[in-house]
Amino acid sequence: MSRNDLILKIISRVSALLSAAVVLLILRFLIHEATPALREIGLYRFLTDPSWHPLSGNFNLKPMIVATLVTSLGAVLIAGPLGIASGLFVHFYAPPALATWHRRIVEILAGIPSVVFGLWGLVVLAPIIANLGGSGQNLLTATVVLGLMVLPTVAVLSDNAVAAVPREAIQGAAALGMSRWATVWNIVLPESRSGIVAGIILALTRAFGETMAVLMLAGNVVEMPTSLLSPGRTLNANIALELGYASTSHRSVLFVSGLILMLVVSVMVTVISRRRRTTQ
Amino acid sequence: MNADRKTMKLFPHPFLAFILSLLLTGCFRNPSNEVSGNVDGKLSGKITLTGSSTIAPLITEISRRFEEQHPAVRIDVQTGGSGKGIADTRMGIAEIGMASRSLKADEADLITHQIAADGVGLIVHSSNPIKDLTAEQVISIYTNQIQNWKEVGGKEGDITIVHKAEGRATLEVFLNHFEIDNTTVKPDVIVGENEHAIKTVAGTENAIGYVSIGTAEADIAAGVPIRLLPLGGVEASTATVSSGAFPMSRPLNLITTDSPSSLASEFIRYCQSPEVHDLIRSQYFIPVSSEPNVAQ
Repeated sequence: MSRNDLILKIISRVSALLSAAVVLLILRFLIHEATPALREIGLYRFLTDPSWHPLSGNFNLKPMIVATLVTSLGAVLIAGPLGIASGLFVHFYAPPALATWHRRIVEILAGIPSVVFGLWGLVVLAPIIANLGGSGQNLLTATVVLGLMVLPTVAVLSDNAVAAVPREAIQGAAALGMSRWATVWNIVLPESRSGIVAGIILALTRAFGETMAVLMLAGNVVEMPTSLLSPGRTLNANIALELGYASTSHRSVLFVSGLILMLVVSVMVTVISRRRRTTQ
Repeated sequence: MNADRKTMKLFPHPFLAFILSLLLTGCFRNPSNEVSGNVDGKLSGKITLTGSSTIAPLITEISRRFEEQHPAVRIDVQTGGSGKGIADTRMGIAEIGMASRSLKADEADLITHQIAADGVGLIVHSSNPIKDLTAEQVISIYTNQIQNWKEVGGKEGDITIVHKAEGRATLEVFLNHFEIDNTTVKPDVIVGENEHAIKTVAGTENAIGYVSIGTAEADIAAGVPIRLLPLGGVEASTATVSSGAFPMSRPLNLITTDSPSSLASEFIRYCQSPEVHDLIRSQYFIPVSSEPNVAQ
């Protein structure tokens, strides 16, 4: 093995080890911080208590788990079709000049800080959605803004996946006289599916992790949502809202919500990647 | 066997040496609390303050003036909430904590030094015609027994209740004043910061919320469409909080352990001195005229 190969091998192994170690260390830290609460209260009560009032000894996390799932999955439902359409648009439907500008704008969208998205949602979108009733700070507003935030992830990865479809396949389709839509539907989409799914998983995990914009828009009331117009609080918004002000036992309870969020994300990602492997 | 030779070969490599040096400098850097004290009658050193986001902007202004007078002093101000300020002071991460509430019974190991006071006032949208709410009406609204503004003499419209997250100082002041049990409150929106509450009420015609009067006055002056409601017949303003007439208020405290450094004591004394009253007023808080209670 050449010297450069060896160096590269060692560097890549060390970096791989480091990134895996960081995840384990964070998990260890979460478990360590959450242990006092888990020991005192028990996991069961986090799902069965009547409400979330940590200062009064009620610790029901279930509404927050539901709110987290609803906003994140909803965001991907919005971002998925739009992002894939954007990837197809730049390759098959847009004139070259427009495609360049479209790409640039999508990249700028990716660079907007989440707090700016949150502020925009709070000042512009929430008063519009308030016409449907309430304050306009609810799961729907949060989901829509979250969808816009994760849209660039799906769009960029779809763009790349579509670009990787072999030219011969597309030229062959053209030679057979297939319409543009038939080419896209029968050849491009099946060929690029794996890359598009990767983009959707990435978007989903980003939606799960987003805190600031959701905190500003979702209303943060801890109650089982009855519709998309109900306010809701996600697990990470819960930590961000209360951690700075929490004293010892309350603090530990908040780490349980962090632990549960990690659990939910791991389950989601495992399920999706297993389905992906079996369908391939 | 040849693993030794590999590592021998490896370390002299300049790139790796560079990475290693980066890692090592990270390990040995001293994070904070350089020597602080009184050298030759001149103050020098560094103090770190953490805590309430309500107090932090004020302390930042004060520390700027303090640093001008004592060029060898550096003051680092960080936020994170009263709870963090208290926890950091206790653990020694910060020399002084900032807390916008009184200390609780289980925090009696620390010492408070009040520097100012702040009132908490109820706010509604500026288009809301309501003039005044009694304490009973406020309690009924927040516990969802009154759901329409019409029932308290206002326009037809469902009341949107804006509440704060548990642990916030304004929440505690509000609950204590009206003697409401937080589990009986049925909010429509829960917010964190005062500004978040104000933006929510400003964007929702039928909303009611409660925020720091100083912040609300500043926003009203800047044209934000909200209005402060009087409480028990007393107008909600910095003037009435200052005179002590306004009933719902909270202290702004600096927190230390029972043995603060001489630099920290000096800084607290400065924060409590009349020299900074103009800064306190410019942040819409109310100076307290009590005697400085720092030791030495």
